[in-house]
Amino acid sequence: MRIGILCSRVRVEEKLLFAAFEGLGVPVVRLDERAIAARVGDYAPEADVILERSVSTSAGLIAAQLFEAAGVPVINTSATASVCADKVRTTLALAQAGVPQPRTAIALSPEAALQAIEQIGYPAVLKPPVGSWGRLLARVNDRDAAEAIIEHKEVLGGIGHHIYYVQEYIDKPARDIRAFVIGTETIAAIYRSSPHWITNTARGGHASNCPVTPEIADLCGRAARSVSGGAGGVLAIDLLEDAERGLLVCEVNHTMEFRNSIDTTGVNIPEHIARYVLDSVGERQHA
Amino acid sequence: MQTECVECGAELTVPEDVMQGEILPCPECGADLEVITVAPLVVELAPTEMEDWGE
Repeated sequence: MRIGILCSRVRVEEKLLFAAFEGLGVPVVRLDERAIAARVGDYAPEADVILERSVSTSAGLIAAQLFEAAGVPVINTSATASVCADKVRTTLALAQAGVPQPRTAIALSPEAALQAIEQIGYPAVLKPPVGSWGRLLARVNDRDAAEAIIEHKEVLGGIGHHIYYVQEYIDKPARDIRAFVIGTETIAAIYRSSPHWITNTARGGHASNCPVTPEIADLCGRAARSVSGGAGGVLAIDLLEDAERGLLVCEVNHTMEFRNSIDTTGVNIPEHIARYVLDSVGERQHA
Repeated sequence: MQTECVECGAELTVPEDVMQGEILPCPECGADLEVITVAPLVVELAPTEMEDWGE
């Protein structure tokens, strides 16, 4: 059996994943999306199952679709990745499954964006529909800021900036929760604490262990199922603690980073991922 | 293994288990260098973070 890991940039996580497979005695082939020149209908990736770990959301998604079209299963599936990569689609999937999340509005013009922000109320949060690491998030405290940010987004150009994804600001306790889900099981979670309202560890948030409570496990299982057609996957789910409503799902990540969470939680996350990939192959062979 | 920073020329010590695609920060100038090939060891300036990069 040939396991492939798709990645261009090798982060700490990818090195840990290569080591995890090697530790299980399974050789791994590295696939680099920059080297793909796939003739449609005549493309055979050099692996029997592929773990998609591209740092580029769009390249990873397209590569996953090419692999699947060639009959090679991918974790996460392109269907799951396409939902998680797009905050609009994530929100719609969570809503359809009745998973609690911050109130969200979508608008497709600057005029409607202002209306959507005022519907949500101040402070609101504007997020690019595709994006990560806390990049280009804007907390909008009043109408003046809303008008300024909308104008800037219109001038910035890229089509993604003209899709307005507006969420209510959750007055969380200087932290959020990141939960790691393998399949539909929550194997670990961390608090990400920061005095700044953006708590991503990529932006300086501090990681500490968060016990996986039955509430976290249940909510994350439901969220994972909602973005994956019920099957789950290798997912990191960000939760916000609301004083009145309890836990809310903020986003679901499909190529999660976990370097700060292994020692913090005591859970060998890369080994869990490797075993999940291997189990998925076993299940297909026995199907 | 040793190589040279393509930005500032500083000598760079590279770990033995380095992988193609790994990013090495130059200790002198702080530039991010991407390992293009391991044998021979070739580094180039890493591409700037793109808008769709992340998790």
